[in-house]
Amino acid sequence: MLIKRKSGEASRGKLQTLAVAMASEAVDRRTFLRRSGLAVGGLAAVGAIQLGAVKKAQAVSAPVPGAPVTIRKNICTHCSVGCTVTAEVQNGVWTGQEPSWASPINRGTHCAKGAAIREIVHGDRRLKYPLKLVNNQWQRISWDQAINEIGDKMMELRAKHGADSVYWLGSAKFTNEGAYLFRKFAAYWGTNSVDHQARICHSTTVAGVANTWGYGAQTNSYNDIRNAKTMIFIGSNAAEAHPIAMQHILSGKEINRANMVVCDPRFTRTAAHATEYVRFRSGTDIPLVWGMLWHIFQNGWEDKDFIKQRVYGMEDVRKEVEKWTPEEVERVTGVPGAQLKRVAEMLAKEKPATIIWCMGATQHTVGTANVRAFCIALLATGNVGSSGTGANIFRGHTNVQGATDLGLDVTTLPLYYGLTEAAWKHWARVWETDYEWFVNQFDEVPAKGGRPARTKKQNMEAPGITSTRWFDAVNMPADQVDQRDNIRAMIVFGHGGNTVTRIPEAKKAMEKLDLLVVADPHPTTFAALSDRRDGTYLLPIATSLECDGSRTASNRSLQWGEKIVEPAFESKDDYEAMYLLARKLGYADMMFKNIKVNGTKPVAEDILREINRGGWSTGYCGQSPERLKAHMKNQHKFDLVTLRAPKDDPEVGGDYYGLPWPCWGKPEIRHPGSPILYNTNVHVKEGGGTFRARFGLERNGQTLLAEGSYSKGSELTDGYPEFTMGVLKKLGWDKDLTPEERAVIERIGGNNVDAVSWAIDLSGGIQRVCLEHGVMHYGNGKARANAWNLPDPIPVHREPIYTPRPDLVAKYPTRPDAREFRMPNVGFTVQKTAVDKGIAKEFPLILSSGRLVEYEGGGEETRSNKWLAELQQDMFVEINPADAADRGIKDGQWVWVLGAENNARTRVKALVTERVGRGVAWMPFHFSGFYQGADLRNRYPQGTDPVVLGESVNTITTYGFDPVTGMQEPKATLCQIRAA
Amino acid sequence: MARMKFLCDADRCIECNACVTACKNEHDVPWGINRRRVVTLNDGKPGERSISMACMHCTDAPCAAVCPVNCFYTTADAVVLHSKDLCIGCGYCFYACPFGAPQYPRVGNFGSRGKMDKCTYCAGGPEADMSEAEYVKYGRNRLAEGKLPLCAEMCSTKALLAGDGDIIAQIYKERVVKRGYGSGAWGWKTAYRETVAI
Repeated sequence: MLIKRKSGEASRGKLQTLAVAMASEAVDRRTFLRRSGLAVGGLAAVGAIQLGAVKKAQAVSAPVPGAPVTIRKNICTHCSVGCTVTAEVQNGVWTGQEPSWASPINRGTHCAKGAAIREIVHGDRRLKYPLKLVNNQWQRISWDQAINEIGDKMMELRAKHGADSVYWLGSAKFTNEGAYLFRKFAAYWGTNSVDHQARICHSTTVAGVANTWGYGAQTNSYNDIRNAKTMIFIGSNAAEAHPIAMQHILSGKEINRANMVVCDPRFTRTAAHATEYVRFRSGTDIPLVWGMLWHIFQNGWEDKDFIKQRVYGMEDVRKEVEKWTPEEVERVTGVPGAQLKRVAEMLAKEKPATIIWCMGATQHTVGTANVRAFCIALLATGNVGSSGTGANIFRGHTNVQGATDLGLDVTTLPLYYGLTEAAWKHWARVWETDYEWFVNQFDEVPAKGGRPARTKKQNMEAPGITSTRWFDAVNMPADQVDQRDNIRAMIVFGHGGNTVTRIPEAKKAMEKLDLLVVADPHPTTFAALSDRRDGTYLLPIATSLECDGSRTASNRSLQWGEKIVEPAFESKDDYEAMYLLARKLGYADMMFKNIKVNGTKPVAEDILREINRGGWSTGYCGQSPERLKAHMKNQHKFDLVTLRAPKDDPEVGGDYYGLPWPCWGKPEIRHPGSPILYNTNVHVKEGGGTFRARFGLERNGQTLLAEGSYSKGSELTDGYPEFTMGVLKKLGWDKDLTPEERAVIERIGGNNVDAVSWAIDLSGGIQRVCLEHGVMHYGNGKARANAWNLPDPIPVHREPIYTPRPDLVAKYPTRPDAREFRMPNVGFTVQKTAVDKGIAKEFPLILSSGRLVEYEGGGEETRSNKWLAELQQDMFVEINPADAADRGIKDGQWVWVLGAENNARTRVKALVTERVGRGVAWMPFHFSGFYQGADLRNRYPQGTDPVVLGESVNTITTYGFDPVTGMQEPKATLCQIRAA
Repeated sequence: MARMKFLCDADRCIECNACVTACKNEHDVPWGINRRRVVTLNDGKPGERSISMACMHCTDAPCAAVCPVNCFYTTADAVVLHSKDLCIGCGYCFYACPFGAPQYPRVGNFGSRGKMDKCTYCAGGPEADMSEAEYVKYGRNRLAEGKLPLCAEMCSTKALLAGDGDIIAQIYKERVVKRGYGSGAWGWKTAYRETVAI
């Protein structure tokens, strides 16, 4: 036998000294890629392997002997946990990946996607150069030609149909800087129809949570879950959607012996690790939570002091909850009363307790009401604003939190300023562009369909069309669409086309569009699904890993990712693509006035500095690029549980990792960030806070300000309103302002200086002075159990539009038809028709969709990654053994899944499993490339088709929209399954 | 001398497949060759558990015992490696291995299956450490660099442990004592029934 010597030096560098001759010829990344042939697909490679050599066919990313190794850090793009990716780069080629031990978030670990992320960059299925669809053929064109033709067409459409006829669909894969730039771009173009994936993942969370206590984001952090004694998951499958979160969750479970309760219609991989699994019917989250609260109120387990000091309107909730007796809850949700009593007792007594939720809760017509119910349960039990508690909302993409914050949203400018005149004027000041110029960019809307006309200014302040309805705004008669004209062009940056429900209708709309621009590393469903023959442009965009910039993780921490390698092929990053288009449209000089542009490449750091200068409302003002880079460099200094660095550290002393927003004031005052929102146990200068007083001072004779509760060290020892210059003067604190700060405030205020608020004070003076006095400039208010401005101020149960229980519709109907976001929402009519027609008999199975660990979102990127694609090669539907037996379906066979609308159907494989209960079917949402049984592989430009294709679940999902945000309903609809 | 081992804590494993793709990433393992895989038992039912499987680097390795050309060898760290130069692709080791570790690049009823490939514990092969020749045949040699196998280093929940058997056994033991519920070590109950309570 051979015995191998084991005395290697502990360094990969040794490889360099060997075979130096190999590297005698300089190899840069591009020649490297060219030489390797680029065409080596995973499948093709199997037959090509030579005897002995495992990887001869795979040379793209092999280490280069003799080349020096550079380490670069970026952030994994596949979910919101924010795992650091540590890359080894040689000669400009990404040749190796090492564990990121120093990151307090992932501590070296990854899931399947993070561990395979190198292949995302090397992927031979990427778009390589701009393409144009001409007479059904993809033609290679130059960037210049593409930008020129796109710009000309946009200006033509603008002249004929108005600015609102062009829809801007952005991405949660953007960096913060990219998201901000895209929102800014839409403002300069003159439309509010600018949206991104948050619409379909957590828009309802943002609306519901912000309306409860001030900000619509995760209150605590992944790491802080280690402190919880009870964790209740509702509609979250963290084991597949946020695997690295499970590291913290399971540690908490083990070290604290914490209760881990999973409430889900499906026995998920997360449920497999739970201490208690609650199976309930899709779409009955509110009865489930009210069922718990019923026991809590009955037994007096609520936190009476907390409610008295910090909550408004809990009495109104009590009245609604009284209706939800254990019998009624069991009738509607299917959960036995005794089990819910047990869970309720854990939530109320085994504290700190946290509720964790995800798209299982948010993707409903009652999404906003669902998350409101969760918040109310936390408020009733005093489980907000301290460690181990809170609403731990797990978001979906790397930077979906940041893209939401930075205003890729039809209802607001960056950072939740809204669309009011004051908001526009604030940003006009930051951008140093005349406010009136913006007004003139917007369309005038004529009176139509019985609705009054809108002036330019009114249109500028009217929310745009949501991404869930863009195709309705193409297909519907013009008088139904509440803007100058229908949508005629889609500008799609980094957004799959298969993630939105009702694909057959989206397909029709794609075919009607005059212009379709897809700017993405991959062609996406937008390019491949429809029968378009002309007028589609594909722009190759850099992956997130080839792009500098900050990303905001779900816990609100910002992390600076550095460009690992130069964009491959002819790809350009988002910034440059936007710059080129802005230049073509004639407003680049205005848009980039305060942003340095090297050639045609805007500098990411400068964009962040501009965000800092305007980001007062949400505390995006303190995270300068220099501070964020220092954090990345000093990752190892931050504590695993508190996320804080030691106070005496010279670079990051006292900071919380990633300066989780809000990070108040200018960077120079070194606010450490806020790891836990609304935490009164900590001084505001140390990241403490109060519930935001953003809903007024009193209502119906009751105060909306906190009573006897205030943050540690506060000079005001009761509730107080939000700060303006006037309030500052009244307290005599305005004398603490520096002359420079005062001058800025006076310039902004003009002849009404007292009205300048903490959020529009560009000097940061009001924030600084308030922090010095230990008070929170946004006020100290009560959280709202009753949010009177929402359609359902107290959440009430409403059956899904397509419900398997038509008998409950009379008692729990969906909301009446209404117009929202420029479009009609006829959910009530659809529900009534479905009940009248007996749709539930024809389509008896509940259909719900969700994530697989190997793929992400629409999946084009991950399905093009051969290391991931190998693990999930087929689209499937999970079906219960009893339902399968009724239909004569065997595990693994092909079946047709039939949808309740459009006669839509999908051909997929059956996975017969008890994971889903009887009467429930579940499908992953990452697939596309098959449509109603037809293979669309040849529709992709040659060489860009993902390795794995499959039917999209959204071909058979149906109508239904949340009234507050336009969220779709892919989690509770109906289907039928037949053997194929 | 250390005896290198893998141990998968089934109470932690969430079947995220990071170990699988980390292995592919590190060694550029082609489609169809799975040096590591995750197996789930009782899929979708209460009691569902997943475990990550690869070559277990047996003390008395059955693959070595049946190999007609004696291509296997055990390193001083107790890692079981083989020489692809000697391997004739007969497939005996595949039949002998209780864990399904050996992989072959070719399929077919007749002739060679190609040179066998399996988990190297990120320790390369008989060629000089970290040489080009070693990389091409076996992938990277992390052990020679002073690093552990990437699958374990990247494991999302730190379920998969790699290292000196005594040390990882100690880590695992402390974990079980701390959390106070049954051993998640795969096979524990089969081996000891319910007689050993932790």
